[in-house]
Amino acid sequence: MTFAYEIPLLILLLVTAAGAIMVKDLMSAILLLGCYSFFLSLVWAWLGAVDVAFVEAVVGAGLATVLFLLTLFGTEPKDGRLRRPPPPIAAVIALPLLGVLLLYAAKDLPAFGDPASPASTHISPFFLKQSYQDTQTPNVVTSVLMDYRSLDTMVETVVIFTAGIACALLLRRKTS
Amino acid sequence: MIKAHDSIIVQSLGRFLVPVIQLFGLYVLFFGQYGPGGGFVGGVILGTSLLLTILVFGHAASRSQLAKKVLHGDGVGMLIYAGVGGLCLIGGGEFLNYANLEIPGLEIPARRSLGIILTQIGVAVDVAVTAISIILSLSAQEIIEDSLNE
Repeated sequence: MTFAYEIPLLILLLVTAAGAIMVKDLMSAILLLGCYSFFLSLVWAWLGAVDVAFVEAVVGAGLATVLFLLTLFGTEPKDGRLRRPPPPIAAVIALPLLGVLLLYAAKDLPAFGDPASPASTHISPFFLKQSYQDTQTPNVVTSVLMDYRSLDTMVETVVIFTAGIACALLLRRKTS
Repeated sequence: MIKAHDSIIVQSLGRFLVPVIQLFGLYVLFFGQYGPGGGFVGGVILGTSLLLTILVFGHAASRSQLAKKVLHGDGVGMLIYAGVGGLCLIGGGEFLNYANLEIPGLEIPARRSLGIILTQIGVAVDVAVTAISIILSLSAQEIIEDSLNE
């Protein structure tokens, strides 16, 4: 019964993702995308990545939904192209082949949580052993993010800051 | 322009939920060293709680003034983060090497712990202000002009 959570979550993810693409009303598409983010955050939490699940739930389901809704209020609420063009033949053939290829390659991936996998043997043991003595921070994710890789995080913050500035420059105009 | 929501249920729930969400955001921000969470998520939760006041009570309500005042702090988060790095430079070490924060009476691990807290606050401020700034840019241009020209 190890698949008791996986199968329903996967089905819900597929249904909401397909629904967000298929549905004609853009408002429904946005709400379906919010549902998709919530199910995705459940998947992250179930995989043990609670930090990522947090971000997905707050940003993906909360903030992005509000952003999409506000953008929608400034544009057309309906998708004007009632009849969408059929997808090109090459894509219909190539994409399932790509999926089969990826599934075939996924067999060679190390098992989930395998202690002998390359990701767990290279530098992770150093962080896991040293992080509390070095930084007095029990959460290893935080100590790696904000101490060992602090410069990366600072540049990410610069990216967010730049996004805010760019939005302000593009969207805030003098009302005349 | 976002008007106040006219449903009494939404208004009462907003009045009750906003402080709870803000408290939870602060908890996530400062608990990031001991559990899941941290500066980014805490900042987004704080920013969305302020956005919720705007969405529920409207732009003009007195409850929404804080969210508009926060806009003036654009860049303060970056200043805090880079300022901690600069203090490390002044202390004689590399940029963002918290072990060189010159605080007497603190061992090196405690200094690094303090540096993590300070930079997390910087990230949180930056993310919260950016979230509010983008949403207000999208929603109401004239309100922004008014609030920035006060």
